[in-house]
Amino acid sequence: MYKTNYHRASSVEEAASLIAGADDGKLLAGGQTLIPTMKQRLAAPSDVVDLRHIADLKGISVAGSQVTIGAGTTHADVANSAEIRSACPALADLASHIGDPHVRNMGTIGGSIANNDPAADYPAAMVALGATIHTNSREISADDFFVGMFETALNDGEIITAVSFNAPEKAAYQKFPNPASRYAMTGVFVAKGAGGVRVGVTGAGSDGVFRATDMEAALGANFSGGALDATSVDSSGMLSDLHGSSDYRANLVKVMARRAVEAAG
Amino acid sequence: MGAEGIGARIARKEDKRFITGKGRYTDDMVVPGMKHAMFVRSPHAHAKINGIDKSAALAVPGVIDVLDGQQLTEDGIGSLICGWAITSKDGSPMNMGDWRPLATGKVRYVGDAVAIVVADTRAQAREGAEKVEVDYEELPSVTDSTAAIAEGAPQIHENAPGNQIFDWELGDSTTVDAALASAAHITEMDVVNNRLIPNAMEPRAALGHYNSAEDHYTCWTTSQNPHVARLVMSAFYNVAPENKLRVIAPDVGGGFGSKIYIYPEEIVCLWASKRTDVPVKWVADRTESFMCDAHGRDHVSNIKIAFDSENRITAIKVDTLANIGAYMSLFSSATPTYLYATLLSGQYNVANIHANVRTVYTNTAPVDAYRGAGRPEACYLIERAMETAARELGVDPAELRRKNFITEFPHQTPVIMAYDAGDFGASLDAAMQAADYSGFAARKAEAAGRGKLRGIGLSCYIEACGIAPSQAVGSLGAGVGLWESAEVRVNAVGTIEVLTGSHSHGQGHETTFAQLVADRLGVGIDTVSIVHGDTDKVQMGMGTYGSRSGAVGMSAISVALDRVEAKAKKIAAHLLEADEADIVIEGGELKVAGTDKTLPWFQMALAAYTAHNLPEGMEPGLKETAFFDPANFTFPAGCYICEVEVDPDTGVTDVIQFVAADDFGTIINPMIVEGQVHGGVAQGIGQALLEGCAYDPQSGQLLTASYMDYTMPRADDLPSIDVSTTKTESPSNPLGMKGCGEAGAIGSPPAVINAITDAIGNNDLTMPATPQAVWAAING
Amino acid sequence: MASISMTVNGREVSGDAEDRTLLVEFLRNNLGLTGTHVGCDTSQCGACVVHVDGEAVKSCTMLAAQAAGSAVTTIEGLAAGGELHPVQKAFHENHGLQCGFCTPGMIMAATDMIRRHGASLDEKTVREELEGNICRCTGYHNIVKSILAAANEMGGAQQAAE
Repeated sequence: MYKTNYHRASSVEEAASLIAGADDGKLLAGGQTLIPTMKQRLAAPSDVVDLRHIADLKGISVAGSQVTIGAGTTHADVANSAEIRSACPALADLASHIGDPHVRNMGTIGGSIANNDPAADYPAAMVALGATIHTNSREISADDFFVGMFETALNDGEIITAVSFNAPEKAAYQKFPNPASRYAMTGVFVAKGAGGVRVGVTGAGSDGVFRATDMEAALGANFSGGALDATSVDSSGMLSDLHGSSDYRANLVKVMARRAVEAAG
Repeated sequence: MGAEGIGARIARKEDKRFITGKGRYTDDMVVPGMKHAMFVRSPHAHAKINGIDKSAALAVPGVIDVLDGQQLTEDGIGSLICGWAITSKDGSPMNMGDWRPLATGKVRYVGDAVAIVVADTRAQAREGAEKVEVDYEELPSVTDSTAAIAEGAPQIHENAPGNQIFDWELGDSTTVDAALASAAHITEMDVVNNRLIPNAMEPRAALGHYNSAEDHYTCWTTSQNPHVARLVMSAFYNVAPENKLRVIAPDVGGGFGSKIYIYPEEIVCLWASKRTDVPVKWVADRTESFMCDAHGRDHVSNIKIAFDSENRITAIKVDTLANIGAYMSLFSSATPTYLYATLLSGQYNVANIHANVRTVYTNTAPVDAYRGAGRPEACYLIERAMETAARELGVDPAELRRKNFITEFPHQTPVIMAYDAGDFGASLDAAMQAADYSGFAARKAEAAGRGKLRGIGLSCYIEACGIAPSQAVGSLGAGVGLWESAEVRVNAVGTIEVLTGSHSHGQGHETTFAQLVADRLGVGIDTVSIVHGDTDKVQMGMGTYGSRSGAVGMSAISVALDRVEAKAKKIAAHLLEADEADIVIEGGELKVAGTDKTLPWFQMALAAYTAHNLPEGMEPGLKETAFFDPANFTFPAGCYICEVEVDPDTGVTDVIQFVAADDFGTIINPMIVEGQVHGGVAQGIGQALLEGCAYDPQSGQLLTASYMDYTMPRADDLPSIDVSTTKTESPSNPLGMKGCGEAGAIGSPPAVINAITDAIGNNDLTMPATPQAVWAAING
Repeated sequence: MASISMTVNGREVSGDAEDRTLLVEFLRNNLGLTGTHVGCDTSQCGACVVHVDGEAVKSCTMLAAQAAGSAVTTIEGLAAGGELHPVQKAFHENHGLQCGFCTPGMIMAATDMIRRHGASLDEKTVREELEGNICRCTGYHNIVKSILAAANEMGGAQQAAE
């Protein structure tokens, strides 16, 4: 790891001012991606601003169908939250399969979506749930937030404070993990809500998370696994690597989508 | 046997330090004044070195020195050796290229060490290493063995034309060809044995300490065989004479073969310590382990098995191309030859066998013995072909095997080995019963109802352990003898220290070796200490690999114990005024048979050391040494049955059941033996389903250089494993032991692949059978 | 270089370390607690698992500075008053370790797992929960058995795997 300066913020405002004052600073949420990246010397921030001790960033609230999750809430806390398990069990289930137990004790929802790893799980859920990303300066819809691989609509120094969404009528997430890394090689989040059916796909697309609009249309008309038979997934937009060719990933998108629909009931 | 003797299922003595965090591994060692090293490694698969500019690195704060291959050569440090000379079938010696501990002139694989940076901290050493500017001129590279031997391939070593190291054969091709010509049926297959990366959980490490006042070196290192390391570093690398070099292998976190070899890093750390006059510690990153630990397997083979009209095997013909990597590692030549082709008879009575093996250099990490070493490659070939033959012949795979089993022992195969004992039918029966083989059809039908493809596969393996006798292996080209040593010291109070040349890195020697002593002398294992892993403490020994520590290492202890017992009986007979022949050792006492006269063990020991009243002419003390050289290899064998379910939508294979029935001869501690089988099978299932080393064919970059891309078996990839044993004793050592360390890794891969190919109805499947590969095989 | 203070195994400790120092480096190099191991560079092997404020984390994926002010438990602190923790005892009795290198992380992961799951722990859950801990020696068979035995001892889990 290259040299860096550590700062611990106790409020969002303090974090914003620390990051603004840094040469080439990075926000440190759970650190489960940033620290490995720094260890590999693939990132060399001059400063890291630790958000883990900001109480305002943590916590889950459910008011009616409106679910709000603080950006600093760990995967373990989302997975174990009775409110989330009741309002959107699919999201709790997703959180309970991110990384491993030790990662889930540190990693946060804000950190995950800010990083927008093309194989991360949360982006699929955010897109499928039509979530809103709240920052210290604005609100951004998930559709606008995820721009491309490791790219988001966040400005330099902008801090995610929370995500919110309306609890879906039914939803499920199905992940096919990469055998080695256990990141999603394909993860499909299907949600049926007031606004219709949305399908978020992670791990597979060569440009990061995307919505499978053909599937959404088919499921909007008939929310059943069989409705997907008529859809096709174009392999040309899929990632291809040692573990999965684009054809294989295209197949997985369809299989995981069908299983998600069946799991959603 | 007693509660702690041979056969007792007791928990390990050594556990306590590991479960409380008190284990001491090489990276835990701290020496006053110790500094840290990082290696500068080639980022290219093949390149000329036109120059090395160290100035920026030397300017990094904390950097003490940067040393390169030219300086190493100036100091007379020798090249790495291969310890087994193979002669090609035309009589020519093998074409061994030069392997410098730090490359000069050329680098030949990604990770090849070019220089060492010594600094106050590891971080500073890393920064220094990044700042060493090596002027590389890239050359075309080749990583695949078939491509390396093709016309026009990049030439890796000047003295290996066409990259070929040797073209070797075993057996009589004339009789084999004749048998093939008159066969009723021939099963022919092309089989790839995938390249693996060992991944002991403790990365390799070395701490070299040159004491200039004493002109003496100490090396703490992650070694399976510290004495061999000292021998080789002394005799071939000119680090120091043996009396001035102490090698200590403290707690070692797994080896699986990868820590047998003496690598550039430990040599360079010792040399750098002298150069810089500070102790130098290097600890591998996991990525360095992936790049630079000796890899395993990587064979491409063709096999033909000929059957007569009664489905009896008449001949086996094998042609194999083995990838050796960029340099010949210590036993790299033995693995695809004498540890491989000699096992091509499997468990079967085959009159005619011929094997042709060519080995080639490629721009990849060196390839050497990895858990099983040659025997898994032989077993995979034979057992895949037997299962395939059964399908082609329309007979039950178990019955085709049974029909061809060797049933009389000793049995001389046409490929050197003389099997001394075994009962292959017994292990097949045990496995079939444990697996409920006859109930499979119903389970397959039930799975089909759930949309799953269920399959079953067998593997009847045999292997050779012990790797001995020394004279025999010497005549085949081995550079060392493969005996083992032991010294049994009885202290004046009767407690016992056993000094062994074997080395434990997970095998539990501190327990099982003590169990042998407890069994023989009737003392508690707490009164027995096992000393190993330090050349200053223990007499010359050969170390642990090839499942040899029981059959060879414990046999040495057994012989030393014979000598201790003989002297103890003489002392007791003298003190008890009885005939030596009437003395028996039992329950910690020496007794006169048929009387109530006894002498406690500790009193006998005290008498040996006070020497006030010993038999006429007897020397005081009680300490005996033995060097045991076995009469033959040992031949562990068994039957494994794997049952899988494949999800046709995704290609995911679930191992539903894995049954292992092994014959290891005498077993000292069943709990430890079961653990060895579990671990071996896990590595075998890993090879079959998950693990595959991949290099980019264009750039020669290692694509599987971390756990992000190299699939290590995890708990949820594996089933619980059903382990049982049958027993025929080996007549080749006093304990009747055969060895159990490698069997699981040898026998399991073909069982898994036979099961998957049975499930999906397509035999064209290579390891690792990843979900993608299985899905493609189903849909292709 | 800054002074970092925390509570480790019940003792207040402090040491000077650069901000980039990982918790595992602080434990091993500053405090000499070498029971916590490093087995990979990519935060996957779990040999470095310790408890920070009662929860299992990878000490290779946390800066020492992040843990400042926290209570850390390492493998060295698990046996209270010289009495082996039930998980340590179960690993010993069930041969849940061979070379011992992954063992500290396995045991720290197992204690956390049993704390969270208690009596509902079964073989499938144990295997899934071990995703972040790699062992090369045991094939996990006896590790799973050890964890189920410890869970049973500590408060009734399901029957251990055979």
